[in-house]
Amino acid sequence: MKSQTPIFVRVSFRRKVKNFLMLFLIASLSGVALVPLFLVFYHVVKSGFPALSWNFFTSLPAPVGEPGGGMGNALVGSLIILGLASLIAIPLGIFGGIYLSEYGKGKFAASVRFVVDLLTSVPSIVTGLFIYAMVVAPMKSYSAWAGALAYAFMMLPVMMKTTEEILKLMPDHVREAGLALGLSRWKMILFIVLRGSRPAIVTAVLISIARVAGETAPLLFTAFGNRFWLDGLSEPAPNLPTQIYSYAISPFEQWHQQAWAGAFLLLLMVFVVNLFARAYVYRAGGRK
Amino acid sequence: MTVLPQTDILTVNQLKAGFGKVEVLKGINLKVREHEVVALIGPSGCGKSTFLRCLNRLHEETEGAWIEGEILLRDKSLLGRGQDPVEIRSQIGMVFQKPNPFPGMSIFENVSAGLKLRGIRKKSVLENAVESALKQAALWDEVKDKLKAPGTSLSGGQQQRLCIARALAIRPPIVLMDEPTSALDPISTAKIEELIHVLKKDVTIVIVTHNMQQAARISDQTAFFLLGELVETGLTTQIFTTPKDSRTEAYVTGRFG
Repeated sequence: MKSQTPIFVRVSFRRKVKNFLMLFLIASLSGVALVPLFLVFYHVVKSGFPALSWNFFTSLPAPVGEPGGGMGNALVGSLIILGLASLIAIPLGIFGGIYLSEYGKGKFAASVRFVVDLLTSVPSIVTGLFIYAMVVAPMKSYSAWAGALAYAFMMLPVMMKTTEEILKLMPDHVREAGLALGLSRWKMILFIVLRGSRPAIVTAVLISIARVAGETAPLLFTAFGNRFWLDGLSEPAPNLPTQIYSYAISPFEQWHQQAWAGAFLLLLMVFVVNLFARAYVYRAGGRK
Repeated sequence: MTVLPQTDILTVNQLKAGFGKVEVLKGINLKVREHEVVALIGPSGCGKSTFLRCLNRLHEETEGAWIEGEILLRDKSLLGRGQDPVEIRSQIGMVFQKPNPFPGMSIFENVSAGLKLRGIRKKSVLENAVESALKQAALWDEVKDKLKAPGTSLSGGQQQRLCIARALAIRPPIVLMDEPTSALDPISTAKIEELIHVLKKDVTIVIVTHNMQQAARISDQTAFFLLGELVETGLTTQIFTTPKDSRTEAYVTGRFG
């Protein structure tokens, strides 16, 4: 008995050391993965925060050389473009996702699914060019509509795909329970399957909005940007990403600062949206 | 057990059903009398669940499924071309193997779902219906103070009784149960079995069970299925004591299955 104990202890000690080393490795690697994220965040906050002021949210960009000015118009424009894009893409995406998940069986559905997968990986600059050719060129004007369509075009496949995946998580026996209650199929889908998946769908909506909110390329040739308040949806529309872009490549120190502040604002928007998504999931999770 | 009432509520004649080329049910004949509990027993894969799902036409929701033959609810045909499955399912409720409360809905919303989605909005009507269904399902006392709590927050046995209440709320004369206790612990199982005894007064119950003791305890009529055929049916006492068919005898005495 006595001679066996040390071997046991030794093996166990070796196991513990190995365990510790692996744990250390995993923890430090995830730390490394976070470094670039924190660097970006740190840099944007450090350079952007000082330039933020109430004025920045409410006023128009100042002409070169004049101090002050803000991106109020770009903020409003961005929100309008995002809102329009959501109005187009979210209902379409959810209903498309319902089709794929609840009805999509045959060849047609398979091809829809394939196209959706392709669309999710279309580079955003291509989306911008496509909307330019389809909308901007015939209308002979950049517009908020065009920008919204470009965003919607990016959101739609993502919404469809995630809605499909979410609805497929609903077990089939819940669907059958709905049918067995004597509900027609569409009522069962809308009021039981979709409703039961509401927290996940809301999260998907918020994340798809946050995902496109910072996209610049689709707006470059569509919304274009504008140094004034948005003057109708068929006019070139001011928006944060293109404003940041044009300020960042300008030669003026003051504009650089404003670009940083804009970048900070954009980051803040995405952050807030994500925060809402989290809070909603947390609250709905308590209701499960 | 008890003396059986004489009116037939369900009559099944030469029912054949299957998926694609596979024939799961090979011509079933069965009569179910009103206020009777009928147990369907048999080894796995013998077609008893398929048979049950034919009765409320849930079977045909599966891709490639087909049904032939005749099912009569009293004297109304359920399989005729003009028969609407949605209408039939308001007459024939169902409880499933796994408790499946609707996710994201409170206890109240779960029980009232069937009525509400039929367009009944009046609060007092819904409240009465929910209360009486929950009382019928012997769940009222446990949940009356937390009707707004999510249905999924209940224990497994409570969830199953919630599902029974949900099925009862639309007042169907027949309730189908597909192994309703196979996912539950013994105490919850006993509660459901008691409940079935009481419910007999109001509804007719067709229940699939793998548990022969359960069939013996709760049912008036037992039907023994084997390989898609109905081998024997009769009074439960007779099936378990003096079965006519040697295969039934072998099964109920536990020699196979």
